[in-house]
Order: sequence, then structure tokens, then C-alpha cells
Amino acid sequence: MTVVLDLTTAIRGLAANKLRSSLTVLGILIGVGAVIILVAVGNGSSLAVQNRIKALGTNTITIANRGRFGRGPATSGTQTQAATITAADIATMSDPNQAPDILSVSPVLGASVTASYQSASSTVSVTATSPTYLPAEDYTVEAGRSLNSADISNSAQVALIGQTVLTNLYPAGANPIGTEIYMTEGKNEAQFQVIGVLASKGSATGTTDPNNIAIIPYTTAEGLLTGYTNDFQRIIVEAKSAGTVNAAEQEASDILASANQTTVANLPFFVLNEQSLLSTSASTTSTFTVLLGAVAAISLLVGGIGIMNIMLVTVTERTREIGIRKAIGAPRRAILGQFLTEAVLLSLFGGLAGVAVGLIGSRFKIVGVKPVATPTSVVEAFVVAVAVGIFFGFYPANRAASLRPVDALRYE
Amino acid sequence: MNAPAADNPVFGSIPPVIALRNLTRTYQMGDAEVRALGGVSLVIERGEFVAIMGASGSGKSTMMNIIGCLDVPSSGRYWLDGVDVRGLDETRLARVRNRKIGFVFQSFNLIPRTTALANVELPMLYAGVGSKERRARAVAALDMVGLSERSGHFPNEMSGGQQQRVAVARALVTNPALILADEPTGNLDTRSSEEVMNIFEALNRAGRTVVLITHEPDIAARTKRTVRLRDGLIIADEPTSDTRHPADAGAIR
Repeated sequence: MTVVLDLTTAIRGLAANKLRSSLTVLGILIGVGAVIILVAVGNGSSLAVQNRIKALGTNTITIANRGRFGRGPATSGTQTQAATITAADIATMSDPNQAPDILSVSPVLGASVTASYQSASSTVSVTATSPTYLPAEDYTVEAGRSLNSADISNSAQVALIGQTVLTNLYPAGANPIGTEIYMTEGKNEAQFQVIGVLASKGSATGTTDPNNIAIIPYTTAEGLLTGYTNDFQRIIVEAKSAGTVNAAEQEASDILASANQTTVANLPFFVLNEQSLLSTSASTTSTFTVLLGAVAAISLLVGGIGIMNIMLVTVTERTREIGIRKAIGAPRRAILGQFLTEAVLLSLFGGLAGVAVGLIGSRFKIVGVKPVATPTSVVEAFVVAVAVGIFFGFYPANRAASLRPVDALRYE
Repeated sequence: MNAPAADNPVFGSIPPVIALRNLTRTYQMGDAEVRALGGVSLVIERGEFVAIMGASGSGKSTMMNIIGCLDVPSSGRYWLDGVDVRGLDETRLARVRNRKIGFVFQSFNLIPRTTALANVELPMLYAGVGSKERRARAVAALDMVGLSERSGHFPNEMSGGQQQRVAVARALVTNPALILADEPTGNLDTRSSEEVMNIFEALNRAGRTVVLITHEPDIAARTKRTVRLRDGLIIADEPTSDTRHPADAGAIR
């Protein structure tokens, strides 16, 4: 008994009841299609969230001085003086001997200013920082140049502006490089030369516009906008690689703790590790994806029961045929093979059609999410469908194979 | 697979096609036990043309099922072509049916939606014959029953007589020791019956062993030996004569 003959017999059997076979195939199709599409939706939303987090820069750790915002206890235990992050701490952290996993440390001073150019003006958030901030936070310079160390040491009055600032202040098509803009914060006002334009960047949270930004040297800000301060409210620590983020966090915390003569646990700083944020969100979204897949898998199971149901009907209908085949010498396994092949063919067709439907369906945006079909989910859904066919086809096929020829022949 | 020689000393070097010894078959019908065969002994030699006759309920269908290895006796022994079929498992019984018996049924029993040629090829398919040889032998068998031009037709496109001739072709294509026909003309008109019986006669002339189960005296009259059953017992076993046996009167409805 060859496979080819099993196949032709099975196809002939299925073709005898086209509507019934198609409806059974439809059951599996919906199951496989639903698994692929829903898992793709889960993946899509997961990827969207992760991309937003990655836009923050995945290798970075944000350390913010909580005390300065007055939230929570600024001090604890015997420590009475507010902890600070100083330029010396930054220098220590930047030293590869003391902190081998830290690539760069960028101090960040933030302020909201009113920027104006000629008659146009708009509110812009200014980030006063060092040149390392740009790669750490995934900012790229689209036109002009970035900050350099000379700007820092000279406290140069230069600024990089984001896309939103460009559109708000300049007429369309104007070249802002080299122009002078004014920034006002309260009584302070300063003039800055635009040296570069930042490329557009995706939103991390969706609430603040990362392109409504002006980046200036932190040394400049200290004198002009915020007044001189000896400590920084926020620093961005960039790790050498994604794998060393946690080590870098440890090193930075240790340095700050020893500089403030306290322990890491008592340090009144808020430490945001992008990596841990990413892994937390990844585990949340993967739970979500598994849930979606499980719901879809139920429909695949129902499709499998449909196969079993229809194969039982088929076996009953063709009892006489089974009797004839047995009378002329069909061994048990030939009958088993014939009906199992029919069941598997149903699930195979359903699986293939379901993969097609799933892949096509994944091309459309579903409830605001761009689904991302993964090869794994497609292969898994297909394999499970075929396995479902074998599993649910076995009982009816075995029932056919177990019929006694004399009873089967007598069946009307 | 052959029975040991000591076990069946009555057989010579060429075993009979059918040897039944004290065969019984009882069915359980609820609480009642129904005895369909009550101890039948029968030997049919190679090349015989035998009619097994009897009225409904005489046990001839039960006997046909046992001879055809579709059912097993409750007690007694059955050697088919020298093989003791007692104790053969399902797979071996299937193989015995496939190799040694060619069935012809009253209701033709062709596989639906399958061409005449494919129907005739089917037993060879289960026997594992290669496709080329299968095709050639099926064509030859169809030719022998005069249906070579119908090989591509489906059962529902053929008359009853034609379907039965396809069934005969299917029965003889494996070159079986025994052609076993159960009321082969029961659903046919006189002309078709005549055609089918002519084929059986021709097959027997060519040396085949043919056993017909029938209740029609006209059909039995064309065989060479008639075995009569009544109430599960053989009441007569004799060469067929042209004159009707008195027992027929009771057997025929």
C-alpha cells in the first residue's frame, strides 16, 4: 500500500462530499488563521512598546536626584546632608579604571524656555548636557554638527534644535544653521547660535514630544539659564553594551554612594534602568501574546473536533465500502491509513489555507496595532493543525479499521 | 502457514480447496442461542463447480461467510487450500481472503466513485502487486468478462449485469484458489444472469474452483455438484442432475 494510492483514495473520498469537506477545512482554517493573526497582533503590540522603550536608549541608565524634587526622604539614617551628583563624580564614573562597564556619563539639566527667532516664538524644553548625551539617547544630527568638547570647555552659546522647534520657529525650507535664536527663562535670556538640526525621533511615552527640544552645552546653561549649580539633577549613564547595563548601574551607584558617604540602598536617587524596563515590558507583552494565542488555539481545537465529527459520519456512511475492501483483502492498516489520510488531508488543507489567511490578515492594521507574524507562530500553528488532524482522525479511522467485515458488508 | 501434514491426514499431495469438518456456528441473540450451522462436514476438490442451495435461514449465508473467511466457526475445523484458518489473526485472515478467495456478491459491491479498472486493480493493490503488472492483469481480466471497453466507467454508469461482470473480473484477477459467489444472479435479469453464468462456466472449464450460493434451481442446475442445506445441516450432496431433486420443492420459495 503506497502513500500515493492512499492519497488518491483519500482525495476521491473527500471530493465525494465537497461541501462537507470544505466546511471541515474551514474550521481548521479559522483556527490556524486566528492563531497566526492573534499571535501576530500580540507580537506587533509588544514590538511597538519595546521600540518606544528602545527609543529612550536601551544601554542607558537615568539617575535622578530625587531629593531635589522634594519627593520622598532626601536623606535617611545618619545622613543629614542632601546627596548630590557633582562634576567630580562624573569624572570618576567616566574613568574606565574605576568603572569599566560605563561608556559615558552625561549630565543633564532640563529647563523649559521660550525660544524665539525673528518674530516667531515657542516653548521648548532645553536639555543642557555633554556631547555623549546624543548617542546615549539615540539622537542623531541631521544637518550641521553636534556638540563637541570645545563647546563644553568654552561654554559656547550654541544649540542643536529638534524638528518641532525647526518647524515652529523657521519658515518652511529655511536653513537654520548659523542663525541666532533667543532663549528666555524667567529673567534670564541668552542668545544661541544654531549649529545643527536633530533627526526626528520616535516618542517614548507618546505624551511628550522628543522633537521639541534644544540641546546646549551644560557649562553654558549653568551660567545663563539655570544659574550656576554645583550638582546635577540628572545624569545619563551609558553602558558599553546592552549586556553590561546592570554592571554599569552597579558601578555608578557604588561611586555615588561612596562619594555621598552612604550605602547604595540609602542613596536618595531614582535609578531608571532602561534594560529592566524593557524586560519588564517584554514579559508583560509576552503574557498577553500567549493569552491571545491560547484563545485562538481553542478555535483550532474546535476545528479538530469538527474533523473527528465529520470522519465519524464518513466512516458510518462508508461502512459497506469498508466491508467490501476488507472482504477483498484490505489489511487493517490499509483501512486505517485510508481514513487517517483523509483526516490529515482535511487538516493539511485547513492548515495551508489558514497560513495563507493568517499571513494576509497580518498585513492589515488590527485595532491600531500593526501585526507582526513570526515564522515560529506560523510553523507552530501549521504543525499543530496537522497534529490535530492525526489526533482527531485516529479514533474514527481506528473505528473503521476495527469493523468486522461480515458486519460491515451487511450494513445498509 | 500450512497445517502440519499429521494434522490433516485425509489430504493427499494436492489438498482440497475446501475441507470442513464438523463445523458449527451459533449466534447469541439476547438470551437465546441461535444455531445457524449444526455440524457441517464438506470437502470440495480443486476444479469443482458447486452450488450450495438452501432456503433463507438454512445457514447458507453463514456457511458462505465462514468459507469466505469473513466469519469464524464456533467449533469445528476449516482448511482452505490446505491452510487451517483456525487461529489466524485478523491480518492473516485478510491476506487469506486476498490471495485465496475471489468474492462475487449479490449486490455487486463495487467501490463507488471508482472506475471499473480501479475496482479490478484493488485486490492486487492490497496484495502489493506493482502498478504496471496490476494494470495489465486488470485489463486482461476485464477483457475476459467482455468489458474491456468499459474499463474507464464508474459503477453508476453501468448496468447491473455489467457491474456484476466487473465484480467477477475483480474476483478472478488475483488468480485465487476459490471463486466464491453469493447469489451472484439474485439482482440480475435473465439475460444478465445468463451472461454471468456463462462466465462462471468458462472459468470452471479453465480449471477454476467455483462455489455458488444460491436458492435458484436454474442456477444450481448449471453447476456440477449440488449441496443442499436445511436448518444448518447438509441434507443432500450429489452430482447435479437435470431432473429436480424432490427436496427442492421445499427449498424454493
